[in-house]
Amino acid sequence: MGNSYRVALAGNPNTGKSTLFNALTGLRQHTGNWAGKTVSLAQGNVQYKDKMFNLIDLPGTYSLFSNSSDEEVARNYIVFEKPDVTVVVLDATSLERNFNLALQVLEMTKNVIICINLIDVAEQQGISINERILTNRLGVPVIKISARNKKGFPMLLDTIDRIVTGAIECQPVQTTYADEIEDKIKKIEPKVSELIGNQMSARWVSLRLLDGDEKLLNEINQRYGQKERAE
Amino acid sequence: MSEPKTVKLVDGEKGNLIQITSLNLDGVMRRRLLDLGFVTGAIVEVIRKSPLGDPIAYRVSQTTIALRKEESSRIEGVLMTDGE
Repeated sequence: MGNSYRVALAGNPNTGKSTLFNALTGLRQHTGNWAGKTVSLAQGNVQYKDKMFNLIDLPGTYSLFSNSSDEEVARNYIVFEKPDVTVVVLDATSLERNFNLALQVLEMTKNVIICINLIDVAEQQGISINERILTNRLGVPVIKISARNKKGFPMLLDTIDRIVTGAIECQPVQTTYADEIEDKIKKIEPKVSELIGNQMSARWVSLRLLDGDEKLLNEINQRYGQKERAE
Repeated sequence: MSEPKTVKLVDGEKGNLIQITSLNLDGVMRRRLLDLGFVTGAIVEVIRKSPLGDPIAYRVSQTTIALRKEESSRIEGVLMTDGE
């Protein structure tokens, strides 16, 4: 199992995550044109070179602050199950809305690929996207695809491959907040880091604590508290 | 140019463009509205009102979203006059 890697697909509802999932895995996970379609996690495998990528299709959400159960499922998977790579699927025709989620994921985890789907539709609408500039600004690979027409897949798979082998190192851009918030993060981050170690991004957990996210706190206690007791 | 007119989203008329200046909501609902694109600076178009005037559909960040009075009365913005 040494060459098997978990790749999670995240994204807004109706951006084509499930279409991408099916096209890559050859499975027929049902896809539908409405929000909240994927409620549980579907999994499938893709063979690439000498490796096996285990794809996990997360529920489509606009956010990952666990306002609802599907957001919680997606958030918990990324933060606690720690996939080797998280692919954020964006709708090329609606980037402004979609980047909300993308920036949240970049705060949570390191190995991220931004996958801009529906690029053919966007081009028909006269939208052109410069993925190189985006890659530079975001600090992670940005790839344009069309899941429906199976365009851009070799590039996507190759990029996943190069991230898991360490050939590409992601340095996701971190959102800078108002001074007041940044000061508070500085105060609590060292303590958070002491408690959770390398399990999660200490900055992200600090932000969630400042926001008063009790659900996350309970989840951390449940997952890591129990382990300590068992040891 | 006349003074910018501040209106609540709920008071917008069909076809009005309103640039959001403040959200007077807290907690989960505030978060949810931000996630849907109701952020300061965003331009929202009033698409249509339901027969009884509630909810009202808005176009925000290329998507149509309907809000109840409870929320739309707490979002304020500047009315952008037509043709400008």
